[in-house]
Amino acid sequence: MKVSSTTIIINAFALLFLILAFIKDKRKSKEALKVALKSFLNILPKTIMIIFAIGYLLTFIPPSAIAKFVGEQAGFGGTIAISLLGAVLFIPSVISFPLAGSFLQNGASVTSVAAFITTLTMIGFVTLPLEIKILGKKFAALRNGFSYIVALLISFLMGVILR
Amino acid sequence: MKKDNILKEYLILAVITAVTIGVFSFYPQKSTLFEKNFLNYLVQMLQIFPAVMVLSGLLKVFVSKDIVGKYLGKTSGFRGLIIAVLLGTLPEGPLYIAFPLVKELREKGAKISNLIVFLSAWACIKIPQELVEFKFLGLKFMALRLSLTIIFVIIMGLIAEKIYERPERHKA
Repeated sequence: MKVSSTTIIINAFALLFLILAFIKDKRKSKEALKVALKSFLNILPKTIMIIFAIGYLLTFIPPSAIAKFVGEQAGFGGTIAISLLGAVLFIPSVISFPLAGSFLQNGASVTSVAAFITTLTMIGFVTLPLEIKILGKKFAALRNGFSYIVALLISFLMGVILR
Repeated sequence: MKKDNILKEYLILAVITAVTIGVFSFYPQKSTLFEKNFLNYLVQMLQIFPAVMVLSGLLKVFVSKDIVGKYLGKTSGFRGLIIAVLLGTLPEGPLYIAFPLVKELREKGAKISNLIVFLSAWACIKIPQELVEFKFLGLKFMALRLSLTIIFVIIMGLIAEKIYERPERHKA
């Protein structure tokens, strides 16, 4: 099995921090490992579901179909559509990246993929009522409204720079 | 209640697995392709997921909301904006647990721009999350999106503050 350098870097990074944490506070670090195991088991079923979705996507949907909706030639409309989808969906962000990666692998444009991830993480449609209740309508509207504009700007710039 | 939800998810997963086995008995010619893609992503995910969870566990235990609040409440100027970004990236947990903290800081007179920058950074910049992005979308994509996000979130915080603090004539 091939292990990429990316994988090694990520694991080394985590290991380094774990060692530092153990030097600093053994008891807290053990607690952190327990928390990690728990969140791993919590997110595992969702992760595998996403991987099923990716498997189906890459098996049954031809790149040309994805390209047509959110590819280079789809243009502005495709990006707007996928950014709105990102804003309303509620997928834990750590598992949204493999999904986004499979979009990119299968014909979606950089702009669309960036728009999807950025609106997904930045805008909390599901938590919006709570944000309004606690922080007020004005604050929540400003933050989420600007976030959407900013997400689109970021995505278009990404598309231009990474072309 | 939460345990039940997890149980339900595992149950749904079992159903999906069964359905998938069914689907590919109808499309045997596609099953190798599906298996290849499925296993490829599963292996890639499992190679980094334990590391990502350990990092997020460490952040959850070591970075408390109180520490973050203490620093965020006092900052101002350009340095304050940068600190707001950094403070937003550190704590783990869903965005909504930051709302009460932001409310409290706003009442204590923290700058609106810093609070908006902080919340936005909390929402979309997280160290474990960046690592997963690095893995699945590449270093260039991750680094560029991260840099653009930081720049735009700061600009957005400044503009939103101006609008937020503008007196509302028609309401008064």
